[in-house]
Amino acid sequence: MGKVLLGRYVPGDSIVHRMDPRAKLILSFFFIVIIFLANNWQSYALLFALTIGSILAAKVNFAFFIKGVRPLIWLILFTVLLQIFFSSGGTVFWRWGPFNLSYYGLINGAYVFCRFVLIIFMSTLLTLTTAPLEIADALEKLMMPLKKIKVPVYEISLMLSIALRFVPTLMDETAKIMNAQRSRGVNFGEGSIMQQIKAVVPLLVPLFVSSFNRAEDLATAMEARGYRGGEGRTKYRVHYWQTGDTVGCAVFVAVLIILLFLRHW
Amino acid sequence: MDIVEIKNLTFKYPQQEVQNFNNFNLKIKKGEWLAIIGHNGSGKSTLVRLIDGLLAPESGEITVSGIKLTPESVWDVRSKIGMVFQNPDNQFVGANVEDDVAFGLENAAIPRKEMLIRVRQALERVKMWEFADHEPVRLSGGQKQRVALAGIIALKPEIIILDEATSMLDPEGRQAVLEIIRELNQVEHLTVISITHDIDEASNAQRVVVLDDGKIVQDDIPAKIFSHGASLVKIGLEPPFSEKLKEELVKQGIEVPDEYLTKEGMVDWLWQLFSKQ
Ligand SMILES: Nc1ncnc2c1ncn2[C@@H]1O[C@H](COP(=O)(O)OP(=O)(O)O)[C@@H](O)[C@H]1O
Ligand SMILES: [Mg+2]
Repeated sequence: MGKVLLGRYVPGDSIVHRMDPRAKLILSFFFIVIIFLANNWQSYALLFALTIGSILAAKVNFAFFIKGVRPLIWLILFTVLLQIFFSSGGTVFWRWGPFNLSYYGLINGAYVFCRFVLIIFMSTLLTLTTAPLEIADALEKLMMPLKKIKVPVYEISLMLSIALRFVPTLMDETAKIMNAQRSRGVNFGEGSIMQQIKAVVPLLVPLFVSSFNRAEDLATAMEARGYRGGEGRTKYRVHYWQTGDTVGCAVFVAVLIILLFLRHW
Repeated sequence: MDIVEIKNLTFKYPQQEVQNFNNFNLKIKKGEWLAIIGHNGSGKSTLVRLIDGLLAPESGEITVSGIKLTPESVWDVRSKIGMVFQNPDNQFVGANVEDDVAFGLENAAIPRKEMLIRVRQALERVKMWEFADHEPVRLSGGQKQRVALAGIIALKPEIIILDEATSMLDPEGRQAVLEIIRELNQVEHLTVISITHDIDEASNAQRVVVLDDGKIVQDDIPAKIFSHGASLVKIGLEPPFSEKLKEELVKQGIEVPDEYLTKEGMVDWLWQLFSKQ
């Protein structure tokens, strides 16, 4: 799970890596929204061109993107098949009970497949080129307006970054406890469901106890280092909005405009 | 001049019956290196937490660097003190090395421009600058404790408190940390208060205080303390691991050699014992 959540960031020095994480986060959301405006081959081709252009600009190995699709392949195939067999319209090639294979079904299936791939590629690009902490930073900045309605934005973002920082530590610890319990004869991932649940208890209990101890230690250490809430702190990590970010946003907006034209081709 | 002065301190944890400290008095000189030793539960951690204002006394007076510790002055007092705790992982707040060093500076609202300078200087000081972008998982325990020290150095305190800060480290890690402490004490004349079970670390001090259930039972230079003949174990210093293992084996009714065994010697002897059976 560590790999899924965090191990994906690949440090680099491309235009995309250097972009402001706020820009990347906004553009990723923006992209996911405009995908749903695409309704014909031309518009999907445009979005693919944008995605591939972004990937090229990021200079990351294409294999990472294929790997990003792989864990979701069954979900994708299932959804695509649903689309293919349950939508109707156009020439019907084959019919059996509620299932039918129609021209529109095939087209819709292909579109759904494209949507999945586009979304996965673009979000993979975000996590590959942006460290988790930068994403946390970006969220803090973007949530700033919520301070007005008394949302503890600084605290949430500190919480997020501490959580991210402790994931690998707890992962290590889990592995250690599993080994210790294995040496005492506990079998993980074997036997009936009941046995497996039983095996998890001696894993979770020590993990919880140690997490609470860690939390208490950490709170003391933070206080000793002068932490007294998020207000009035200065920031060591800052992100500057650069020309590249403005250009990136402009490209995406241009794509949106072209997309709106292509819809009515 | 006394940098820490504790007068008639009384303290007890709310949920506990027994008094941890009763009319406790201690003075620590500026620039001094004081080692506090004592068995587990003798109140060493409690004492240093009281000095840092992390716990509030029931009565008595604590003065740090001329500031009387009160709920209002506690942040001023804390800014004079840097504390390193036992577990290297549980005090690493930042996502990576430089972020962690910056954490204290951010709390103190130091302008970013100066932060950049101070973080770099502090990390160079503990020889961790080249690891500036490393996450804690990629560091050894000793490196993490050096980062913790950098976080303190960056804040320019007057007092450094080590609460068993080297007890979870391997010998090299421990040496590296102690080397930095020695330099801070000798060159910058920082006052050092170190809680330890390690005899080497304690002998670095100019003065050793032996604590037993909240009372000072000995207060002297290290050489005197260690030559008192009293068993080191009794005053809370750890015998080497191999000696402790020997003791446990004797309790199990296993015959052990009398002479001192190093860790490697112990391993050899153990597997020979096993293969004989
Ligand atoms: N958070 C706490 N709550 C209640 N009692 C505590 C707490 N921390 C320590 N104590 C008790 O106070 C005594 C002194 O503990 P401590 O200062 O941690 O000793 P030392 O650091 O010398 O091992 C012990 O008896 C311990 O059980
Ligand atoms: Mg202690």
